[in-house]
This record gives sequence, C-alpha cells and structure tokens, in this order.
Amino acid sequence: MVFKVLSGNGAQAEAARLARVQVIAAYPITPQTTIVEALAEMVASGELKAQYVKVESEHSALQVCLSASALGARTYSATSSQGLLLMHELLHWASGQRTPMVLGVVNRAVAPPWNIGADHADTMSQRDTGWIQFYPESNQEVLDTVLTAYRLVEDPEIRLPAMVTEDAFYLSHTFEPVDVPDPETVDRFLPPKDARAILRPGVVSRLGSFTGPDHYVGFRHQVAEAMDRVLPKLQEVESEYARRIGRVLGGPLVGYRTEDADAVLLTLGTTSTTARGVVDDLRSSGRKVGMAKLRVFRPFPVEAVRQLARTVGRIGVLDRSFTFGALGPAASEVRSALYGIPSPPSVTSFLSGIGGRDVGPQDLRRVFEALLVSEAPGPRWMDLETSGEVAAHG
Amino acid sequence: MKVVYKSQTKATWCPGCGDYGVMAALEMAFKALKLPPHEIVLVSGIGCSSNLPHFFKTYGFHGLHGRAVPVATGIKLANPSLTVVVAGGDGDGYGIGLGHSLHAMRRNLDLTYVVMDNEIYGLTTGQASPTSTLGAKTKSTPLTGVIEAPVNPLALALSAGATFVARAFSGDPKQMADLLVQGIRHKGFALVDVFSPCVTYNHLNTFDYFRSRVYKLESVGHDPTDPVAAFRRTLEWGERIPTGLFYRAERPTYEDLEPALKDGPLPHQRAGFPPDVDPLKEFY
Ligand SMILES: Cc1ncc(C[n+]2csc(CCOP(=O)(O)OP(=O)(O)O)c2C)c(N)n1
Ligand code: SF4
Ligand SMILES: [Mg+2]
Repeated sequence: MVFKVLSGNGAQAEAARLARVQVIAAYPITPQTTIVEALAEMVASGELKAQYVKVESEHSALQVCLSASALGARTYSATSSQGLLLMHELLHWASGQRTPMVLGVVNRAVAPPWNIGADHADTMSQRDTGWIQFYPESNQEVLDTVLTAYRLVEDPEIRLPAMVTEDAFYLSHTFEPVDVPDPETVDRFLPPKDARAILRPGVVSRLGSFTGPDHYVGFRHQVAEAMDRVLPKLQEVESEYARRIGRVLGGPLVGYRTEDADAVLLTLGTTSTTARGVVDDLRSSGRKVGMAKLRVFRPFPVEAVRQLARTVGRIGVLDRSFTFGALGPAASEVRSALYGIPSPPSVTSFLSGIGGRDVGPQDLRRVFEALLVSEAPGPRWMDLETSGEVAAHG
Repeated sequence: MKVVYKSQTKATWCPGCGDYGVMAALEMAFKALKLPPHEIVLVSGIGCSSNLPHFFKTYGFHGLHGRAVPVATGIKLANPSLTVVVAGGDGDGYGIGLGHSLHAMRRNLDLTYVVMDNEIYGLTTGQASPTSTLGAKTKSTPLTGVIEAPVNPLALALSAGATFVARAFSGDPKQMADLLVQGIRHKGFALVDVFSPCVTYNHLNTFDYFRSRVYKLESVGHDPTDPVAAFRRTLEWGERIPTGLFYRAERPTYEDLEPALKDGPLPHQRAGFPPDVDPLKEFY
C-alpha cells in the first residue's frame, strides 16, 4: 500500500485501474473530465490494459458499457449533471437487464440556469432507475467505495448497476493523501469478473425481448428482489474489504455521537465532514447533538434509520438538492422510513449547498440551532436565509 | 440612430481564439442587413463557441449541449418572421447533436447555422471532436491519436438537403460576413462552417495551418448551383482547402409548406379554433 496525493477524480480513476476494468467508454463533461483523461493516460501508458473509447454522447457511453458488460467485460464510465440526465433511458435499461457495472458521477447542478457547482439534483432525480447509489465524503472513501461497489454489483445475487458519486470540486478537484492498496491485495478482494456473462459464446440468446403483462412484472420484481439483497450483501463485502484492505466503511448509515443525542443531522457527501466538526463544537458547549452520514441512498437503509430514530428526539436531514412540491429527497425517505414506529422523532428537511453554495461550519451551526428550536417539517432553503446574500445573488 | 448589436457582456474566450473573428463577422452581417436587434434570435448549445449569444444585444437562448437546432426549430415555427441564427461548435453540432442538424437541413427550415469548427472540444479542455484530424493526439486520444475518420460537414449538409452550404475562415472576417449576409438572406437552411482555431487546445489546426491552405471558390470559377461540382469541392482536403459558397438552391421551406403558418406567424394569429372547424363543432 502506498499513499498518493489524489483528487476525488484521481481516486475514481485509480480505483478503476485497481479494479482492472476492461472497457471504458465516456464523454467529457466538467467536472468529470479529469477522471476519463487520467484513464486515457493510463491506457496509453500501458498501466491499464483496457479499451478506451470517447464516444459522441453520454447515451452512447453508457450503451457501450452496457453491451460490453453483457458480454462479460468489467466496464467503467463516469459523468456528471446533464450527462447523467442524458443517460436516463439507459439507466433503466442497465438495471432492467441486470447489468453489473460501476459509474462515477460527479454531482453537479442541472440547468437551467447553467451552473457547474456541487448539487445532488442530478443523481437524486435518477433514484428510481434501479441503480445502487453511494455518496462518499472523502477521496479515500471514493476509492474504497468504487472497489467495494464492483465486488457488490458483480455478486451473482445482485447483478445491478451502481453509481459512486463525488461532490463537484469539493472532492472532484480537491487533493488529499489517499491510501492506495497494492494491486495484488485488490486482486484477492476483487477477482476477475464472473465469466458467466449474459450473452455467452455458443448459447444463442437475446436481450431486450418483448414481454406482455404476463411476464413483464416478473422481470421488474426480480430487480426489486435483487435490490432488497443489496444491504445485507454490502455488509459482507465491506467486512471482506476491512479484512483484506484494512479499512472499515461503516455500512449505509454512519452515525457520529448519536447515542445520547437529542437532535441528529443526516448528511450526504462532503457536508458530513463539516457536520462532524460542528457536532464536536456544539457538544463542547453542552448541546447534545449528533450526525449521521447517509452513505447509501439506494436502496434506502430503512432499518438503519429506524434504529437511529429510537433514541433521538429530532432528526434534521440536509439535502444538497430539492424536490419541488415535497421535502428534500432524503428527508422524504427518512420520514417515510419512520412511519409507524412508536413515538417517532420529528423530521425537518433542510436544503443547503444548492448550485455549489459553500456549506461551512457557520451554516451547519444555523441548521442545528434551527433543529433544536423547531419541529416544523420544512423544507427550509437555508442558502436563502443567509442575510444579504439573496439580493447579492439575485 | 446607430444600432448597437453587441451587449455589455465581454467575451471570455482565450486571447486569440478564432471565435472573436466570428463574433466580428456576425456583427458586420447584422449591420449590413440593417436588422433590428429585437428581430434577431441567437440560439446556441454548449461549448466555448456556444457562449456567443451572451455577447449580443439580440434575443438569445443558451440551450443544452447539442440541442440548439431543435430550440431554433421551435422558435422559427412559432414566429417565422424572426431571423434565427444558430451558433455552436463542432462537437455540439456534428457530434452529440448531429441528428438534429441533419433533420433541420432535410426540412429546409429557414435557419442560418454557424458552426465554429475548431476540430476539438474547447470548453472541456481538449478532447477529440468529430472533425479532429486522423492521427491527431488529444487528451482523449493520447496513444494512437484519432483513429476515427472525421465527419465531412459540408458533404453531409449537401446530401441531407441543406440549400445553402458555405465555409469561412476566422482569419478572413470580411469573407465570412459576406457569406453570413447571403446565408441569412437565403430562404432555407444555410450552413456556414467556419474554421475557427482553438489556440489553447488545438496545436495542429492553427491559424497558420488554415491560412496556408485556404483558397476562395469564386477565384476558380466554381458554379454554386451545380450540386455535383459542389460535392466534388467538399471532398478537397489537404494542401488546398476551399472556402466560400459551395452550393445554393431554391426549395420551399418547411414554413412555406406548413398549413398552420399560411396566415402568418402564430403570435399574430387569432388564438382558438381555426374558422374551418366551426362546422365540426356544430356537428358535435
Ligand atoms: C449532455 C452534456 N454532455 C457533456 C457536456 C460537456 N460539454 C460542454 S461543451 C462540450 C464540447 C465542446 O466542444 P464543441 O461543441 O466543439 O465547442 P467548443 O468548446 O470547441 O467551441 C462538452 C462535451 C454537456 N454540457 N452536456
Ligand atoms: S479553449 Fe479554445 S475554443 Fe475555447 S475560448 Fe480558448 S481558444 Fe477558444
Ligand atoms: Mg469545438
């Protein structure tokens, strides 16, 4: 193992290299571009034995990966924002066809108006496409998550696609030391992809057949069942990762100082690191607060959230995106997960960091303060509550 | 009163970018045509080149990557009295959006499409584009260089049914302005492909590269009404590359043939049922 100074994008590329991906198809988009540039370089230098193709759109990129994966290759692609939205049709296809694959997504705001800042609206709006979704908070976690994601999705009981996201610029373009496991260790954790491809030489079969109402529902239900197996399987995969590589990822919901907390804030991605610091500060001034990082958004970790809620009076959910006409996407899920438990905590939806707005400690302190005084469901657009800023930003 | 076409927004292209020449030529063309700015709509996709509408005081629409042509189609169909100019890059119009470009040509909508063809993806910092030269080493082709045959936009436009097909060079804004004037005046789909070098990421197809190669079609007596001669000219590439008007033809535009527009632009028509469905209403 060796420490390398990597950006989040560098960590994605490094993980794809360690996973020995065989086919990479991508289309450039800011801020994803440096991932696929790094991979193009690795392929050119011979460091990675893979086929790299820059296609004419994200739609084609995902389709190339889908077909290659169906034929048994381990594939990788990465995108962001509009690129992910353009893939939408094929996102459904990937899960429906039971294609194990990993896609890096740099979370960026969607247009209009144009904006390239961090924002989860791109992946949140794809939550119903049958993809597993991970939201890491550091470059190290990006690398570890990509590697575990491959092992998870290629498991014969899962065979679903997964996206591993990174907050635009906060991770994608920010460098930190990353502990990069050596290739042999990774090989033992992640053996070559199961050769039982969907399409095999000598076995005539078809993909995308027409099905009537008699059969269609059965196929859909199989996807749902596979999704239900993801969280238990993830636990196995992460234990194996900890055993071989030595790092503990912590499952779908990673709590911090939640045991005796009156109020807990749920976060996704990079705001988790900031929230942990703010929890420490508030604790030292006697406020009983905690936080929990939602690492996996699909499948939604209902049980883990219910477990957390047993001891907590108030839950705040910090979404870096929005759903018009409803609470923040994660907040809605949390509320629904808690339905029916005895004396459930209140749930407040906070929206913050939209379109790349910085979410600093002072912003999270305001969130905690609001959470400690009110049980109103929200959603509260915290970015607009910063005095003076609304006018300044039009 | 002097009409101002340029907006207060300063172009943010790299110093020396070919797109400055296109901006200058477009302004010259608008001036020559004496078009009121409120009757012009500039539509673009995404790319360095697609930032162009911000720099003009006309109507503007900065749409999705590769989707400028459908935006322009909607605008033109709603109000054919507007002058609609589409502007964008080679990646935008000949790559991700190529399908739209071909269908608009086939329909012969009265649009003018200016493609700032720099043979590279500028905005995403230097990947191969559909017009990149074979063998060109870019960030997406570091080992072998480009191994895909480049798109020939002018030949494609001819075969797709564009009725005005021209090529300009950013190093000659006067010629470009003249072609733009003709293209905007032309009733039907006008493609003006412009060599507009990316000085930052394309070190192969530079100003000097084009300057030493381009020659004007009118200097060799090319007949732009002859489609076969035009097609032959579109295949010329290498030491000598033609610029100017390759082809022009008269053909009814989509708007001319669309029954809903025979009483003029939709905004000027009375809303509601057209008069000839009244008997139907009575019947029911
Ligand atoms: C769906 C989608 N994919 C990718 C991008 C990222 N992107 C922005 S501009 C561009 C290509 C730019 O090349 P070109 O059209 O030739 O314009 P230039 O910058 O060279 O003028 C790409 C890939 C995007 N905005 N939307
Ligand atoms: S990157 Fe290239 S195309 Fe973009 S503004 Fe700079 S010179 Fe022009
Ligand atoms: Mg270009």
